[in-house]
This record gives sequence, C-alpha cells and structure tokens, in this order.
Amino acid sequence: MTSDLIQASYIAATVLFILGLKSMSSPRTARRGIIWAGVGMLVAVVATFFAPNMTNYLLMVIAVAIGATIAYVAAKRVAMTDMPQMVAIYNGMGGGAAALIAAAEFMHPTTTSASFAILGVIGALIGSISFSGSMIAFAKLQGLIKKSFLFPGQNIVNLLVLAAAIVLAVFVTLQHTGHLTGPNGLALGLFFGLSLIYGVLMTLPIGGADMPVVISLYNALTGLAVAFEGYVLGNAALIIAGTVVGSAGFLLTQLMAKAMNRSLGNVLFAGFGAKGGQELDEAVEGSMKEMAPDDAAISMAFGQKVIVVPGYGMAVAQAQHKVWELAKLLQDKGVQVKFAIHPVAGRMPGHMNVLLAEAGVPYDMIYDLDEINGEFPTADVALVIGANDVVNPAARDDKGSPIYGMPILDVDKAQTAVVIKRGRGAGFAGIENKLFYADNTRMVYGDAQDVASKLIAGVKKV
Amino acid sequence: MIEGFAAVYIFLLAAFTGYEIISKVPVILHTPLMSGSNFVHGIVVVGAMVALGSADTTPERIIGFLAVLLGTANAVGGYAVTERMLEMFKSTREKQAPAKAGGDDV
Repeated sequence: MTSDLIQASYIAATVLFILGLKSMSSPRTARRGIIWAGVGMLVAVVATFFAPNMTNYLLMVIAVAIGATIAYVAAKRVAMTDMPQMVAIYNGMGGGAAALIAAAEFMHPTTTSASFAILGVIGALIGSISFSGSMIAFAKLQGLIKKSFLFPGQNIVNLLVLAAAIVLAVFVTLQHTGHLTGPNGLALGLFFGLSLIYGVLMTLPIGGADMPVVISLYNALTGLAVAFEGYVLGNAALIIAGTVVGSAGFLLTQLMAKAMNRSLGNVLFAGFGAKGGQELDEAVEGSMKEMAPDDAAISMAFGQKVIVVPGYGMAVAQAQHKVWELAKLLQDKGVQVKFAIHPVAGRMPGHMNVLLAEAGVPYDMIYDLDEINGEFPTADVALVIGANDVVNPAARDDKGSPIYGMPILDVDKAQTAVVIKRGRGAGFAGIENKLFYADNTRMVYGDAQDVASKLIAGVKKV
Repeated sequence: MIEGFAAVYIFLLAAFTGYEIISKVPVILHTPLMSGSNFVHGIVVVGAMVALGSADTTPERIIGFLAVLLGTANAVGGYAVTERMLEMFKSTREKQAPAKAGGDDV
C-alpha cells in the first residue's frame, strides 16, 4: 500500500517536473514553472521518507538539514553576477551525489544483475567527471584559477587517464557480486580517483569565455548520471527526470556553442583561452583616443539615437542601475535609447537580460543581435559599457583571429562608438580589439559605475 | 525493477521530451532554464536517501550521508538560484509603460 502511494507521488513529481520545465521555456510562465517543479521535488522527497525497509533516519535528516541550509544561504547571498558559478557548483554536487550512490550500491552485497552494474558504473564515471569538472569551472569563474593549463600531448594524457578509468570500470563491473572489499575495493577507489582526475584535466585547459558551454555540458552529464543511477535503484523518477535534463542539456549546450559560433569539439579540445593570450602582441594600427565623460555626455544628449551595449564589465561594476538612470535621462531629452544584447553578453546566454531586468529596464527596449545590428549606422552614439570580445571587428574580418566567425554587434558602424573600459588590457578571451583604435571610437577609462555617474551628471548639465 | 525494453522505451521517450521542451526556448531564457534543469536533476537526493536508507556498514553510511548532503544542496541551491533569476522577469512586465517614451522625439 505505502509502496503504491510512493510510486504515485513519484509519478506526480515527474509530471510536475516536465510541466515546470515546459513553463520555464516562456518568459510569461517561467516563474510558475519553477514553483511547480519545486512542489514536485518536495512531494518526492517527503514520500521517500516513508519508503519501506529504510534505516538511518537520523543521519538522513542531519544530511538534509546541513545541505539545505548551506545551499540556501549561499544561493540567496550571492550577487546576480555570480549566478553562473553557483549553477556550476550545485550541478557538480548533483553529479557527486550520483557517483556516491553508485559507490554505495557497489559496496552493498545485494547489487543485482550485470546490466544494472554496467549502468551503475557508467553513471559513476559520468557523475565523477561532472563533479570535479564543475568544481574547476566554479573555481575559474570565481577567479580562484586564473590561467588555462596547456602542455604538449595534453589530449593524449587525458585520453590515457580516461582509458584507464574505463578499464577499471570493466573490472569493477565483473566483480559486482558480493562486497567490493580488499583488492576489489582498491580498484573501485582507483576508478573513482581516475574519473575525478579526468574531470579536472578535461576542464583546466578550457578558457573562461567558453565556461558557460562547459557548465551546460556538465549539467547534461549530471542528468544522465542521475538517470543511470535511477536504473540501478529501480526508481522511475530519477530515470525520467535525469534523462529529460540530459537531453535538454545537450541541446542547450549545442545552442550555446552555436551562439558563439564554436563547435562543441572545438570548445573541449582546442584550448582556446590560452592560445588567445599569446597573440596579444600582434600589431594594431592607430591609437586609442581618450574622451572626458562630460564630452561623451554632451554627444549623447544632443544625439537622436543611442544604442547601449552592456557587457560583463557593467555587470561586475553593478552599474546596471546607473546605466538605466542614464537611459531614462536621455529619453527625457528626447533621445531614442535602445539596449543591444549579444547572445553571450555577461557570462551565459540570457545572463545580461536577467541583470538588466533586475535594474528595471523594460523588455521592449532590449534588442538582440539580429534585431539591432542593422540600426548601428543610424545611431549617433553606441555606448559600449564593459563589453569587449562581442564588439571586436576581428571576428568579422580577421581570419587569423581565434574568435573569427563569431557574430558580433556592429558597434564600429555607429557615428561614434564611446567605450567605457576599466583599463587598457585585453578582454576575457585575451584578444586585442581593433575597435578601440578606430577613428570613430572614443575611450572613457574608469569603473563602469563611476563613469555612468559622471555621464548622468554630464547629461543633467546640458 | 525496470528492465529490458521497458527501460529503453522510458529512456527514449524521456529523451524526446527533454529535446522538445528546449527546442523552442528564446535566448533570454537559456540561463534560467539551464538553472531550472540543474534543479530538476536534484531529484538525485531521492536516490541518495534510498542508498543511505539501506546502508548497513559504516563506510556505506558515510558515503550515503555525503550523497544525501550533496543531493540536497543540488536541489535546494538549484531552486533558490533559479527562483532568484526568474524573479527578475516579474518587474519587467510591470514596468513596460515608461518605455514608450523612448520611441518618439518629445
């Protein structure tokens, strides 16, 4: 009886997950979607407490309490700009949990047929890679690891580590009956160790600009790992939710890679970020021309149309509120203001929209790349705030550039491009930007928030 | 237990469902949706609870405990992050009126 009730609640949870995700794919219903999925999760977790033949309730409650408290407080405290790495770290924890389930099942004497052992070990491999890989992705986005590590033959070393892990996986699978202790336990431990190391090795060489794609990939992998462990445990909720996330995640990863005009293989095996850094000393003609904030304010206030191009620099400086204030002031002066968002502005697709929405910028002032690119020639000023690689003309005309082929915002076609930039350094991808040296470009140096305040003061004086 | 062809059918249908959900998503929702799907695989906590619930040696209990801890963090953290992101979409719709001013020369 209870068992049927528990199955029924898993079915309810699964339906709520799918409906929730479906709602989350439209802006109008998105908020409802996460609540539905949340209810589904609650139902499934509460039902599991009443599952038959369960022990260790005290440990369970303590683990849930600790995990929930830490995760909730951290998620609520972190700034909106740091959201991508929070997704990475929570995703890694899910992968780790899936790997640990596999470990527990392998140590349990009642582990069943060979096919389940195979699924379990594949889930363990994927989950471990997702765990350690996500932790590295988190460390990179958080700025704890600043460099990309590349050494000759890296791909071969990685391949050997993976191959060794798979050999051990086969061995562990063959020993699946009975306790995995003694030498077999050692093999199991070694298998997990190598899987974790592979996740680290795979993620370390990937440049920071490609991190969203990688996080999305690990998200999909965690989903798959969860599904495989669902087969081992005979739990349909895990199988369906995990598989849905797995396939959705792979498609999302493809879409993100496409938005950056990079193939997934290129992201994973090319070591992009490190290579870009070495090409810094390539000669660029012209010089950077500095402009005082007051002059920039005047050219905007007397213009007809200003297109604002926000980048991660704006987000880091928390300048979105000031920028919105500036936009409203310009509107009061009769200037038409539009926001242009590159698909990968910020750190992830859609990240910048979230940040602008936080500041209160309405939807219909925000345009994406395809909508706005034709309008740059008619704009008096294109105000670039802390964006770099997404406005680099090299992506359009320099075949040798690592970002060649990536769609960019045609800021250089505006009458004047005013670029707010913290310093003279290169962007996140480490590539020199010819836009900054163009004849119609003026540089305003300083923290995005400070400069925005000065621009506001400047416009008020006009 | 879910075995044989039934398992394959479940896998296939669930995979198509996931593909179908994502295929029509606007770019602005990519990040919230990634975060939302990150929350959904937090269902792993249920599996972790089952693993801990059937543990009968100390090493198994330690592993099960850690699994529940990580799984809970995935679910709770994933929910909180997604909710915060989607919270932003509320204010935009209510603030659409002043945007019209930008369209014409006043």
